[in-house]
Amino acid sequence: MTTRREFLVLAATSLALSEAARAQLDPNLAANRKAAFQEALRRIVGDTQVRRGRVKLQLPPLIDNGNSVPLSVAVESPMTEADHVRAIHVLTEKNPLPDVASVRLGPRAGRATLSTRVRLADTQSVTAIAQMSDGSFWSDSAEVVVTLSACLEEGLI
Amino acid sequence: MARAIVNVPARAKRGEIVEVKTLAQHPMETGFRRTQTGELIPRDIIRRFTCTYNGTEVYRVDLHPAMSANPLIAFSTIATETGTLAFQWAGDNGYSVTETASIRVE
Amino acid sequence: MSLRTALLFAASLLCAGAGAGEIPPSERRSGYDLMSRETRAIQDDDATNPGMLWVLDGEALWNRKAGAVGRACAACHGDARTSMKGVAARYPAFDAALRRPVNLEERIKLCRSERQKAPPLAFESRDLLALTAYVARQSRGLPIAIVIDERTLPFLDAGREAFHRRQGQLNLACSQCHDDNWGRRLAGSLIPQAHPTGYPLYRLEWQGLGSLERRLRNCLIGIRAEPYAFGAPEFVDLELYLMWRANGMKIETPAVRP
Repeated sequence: MTTRREFLVLAATSLALSEAARAQLDPNLAANRKAAFQEALRRIVGDTQVRRGRVKLQLPPLIDNGNSVPLSVAVESPMTEADHVRAIHVLTEKNPLPDVASVRLGPRAGRATLSTRVRLADTQSVTAIAQMSDGSFWSDSAEVVVTLSACLEEGLI
Repeated sequence: MARAIVNVPARAKRGEIVEVKTLAQHPMETGFRRTQTGELIPRDIIRRFTCTYNGTEVYRVDLHPAMSANPLIAFSTIATETGTLAFQWAGDNGYSVTETASIRVE
Repeated sequence: MSLRTALLFAASLLCAGAGAGEIPPSERRSGYDLMSRETRAIQDDDATNPGMLWVLDGEALWNRKAGAVGRACAACHGDARTSMKGVAARYPAFDAALRRPVNLEERIKLCRSERQKAPPLAFESRDLLALTAYVARQSRGLPIAIVIDERTLPFLDAGREAFHRRQGQLNLACSQCHDDNWGRRLAGSLIPQAHPTGYPLYRLEWQGLGSLERRLRNCLIGIRAEPYAFGAPEFVDLELYLMWRANGMKIETPAVRP
């Protein structure tokens, strides 16, 4: 027979194990994710100023399922030896980890693009950053609303 | 078994920009999910995708757990000469898959 | 068929066509039509449709020798592109030996154990899904063509009854969502009409390929009913009814759904 005390301990333990519950209980989660995003950004750009423009990030504004969100990035560049895109980075604001993908490319790509599918854990903003051959950084951001599906597998309802 | 699908035009004009589409078979397990009994499922992802064109690297991607399962990577490259595009996906637990496609440049 | 059976049969089919709340043929929509442009685009392009990874696996399995007999599917059936064309559109189909309808997965399992003498493939295993997807892919674009005769009629009736029966703790019938409220939203999801046009299909939620029975299990769990085991006759009856209900709609395998 489980005593009331044992039950409370068990309940507390299982709560502690639940990712979702922990997210709700952690008052610093939002701040931590913001700090992680800033840290990832600093790792990519250092102290360089990031300018808006030249990058076009496309995501559907409203999506059925956060497991697979079509994402494309296109950067304006002549893609010559003298003037090309060296890297494209994709970051998220509220995923457990900010990094999504980092591309290395050069003039041989012809066009500076990436088309892929990503996971988005929540309604949030996604950022694409391009590094040019002259060392400058350019960016674009997009807001995405992630809806929740009904009748999910494993009784996650 | 098909571990990857690559799509490259068989023919192109010299200097033409061609579209390349790739799909790899992989669960991209994030390392954040738990089993129904609460144990963490360890991370198992593809970490790097590389495309070389006749031996020269033309496109490379570092992947993180936020990339969807069975990742799609589509990009472009300039058809410089007849030859082979080689694709490699490498990741956790020794995952390594290669695929090639031929292109004829006129 | 005696005259009495024939009359009963005809009457039953008439009833089926005129059932209250059922969707008239002109208003039938594939789940494809109800999903977002982005998700439709994933299905439309074989180069980006992840379901094609399973189809290609299935093609490799089709041509690989298996079992004690040491023969591949292709050794008997030849080129699947011709021999399997239209087959998925006719399943579930009556199996004379078992005296009940079997679905495509079961047919492949039976072929494997009886003709190839190979170890059985488990339901929902990667290999069974791959072979089923490869076979069903050969019917893409063809209309579903379930023919009901006196042997399959009782199973169709059982499936129809199951579709309209309230069950689970939420006390809901399939028809209450999929006949009466399709096109409306349940949480963030659009309720489809439940036409099994694209199975096995790639579900973004599953992040993989799955069978119609996996989807039916999800539905039952959703209404908090006890799901049947894979391969349960209750599921095959329901599959037969759903496929018959979708007669004339085009096969989309490997479809993509949210």
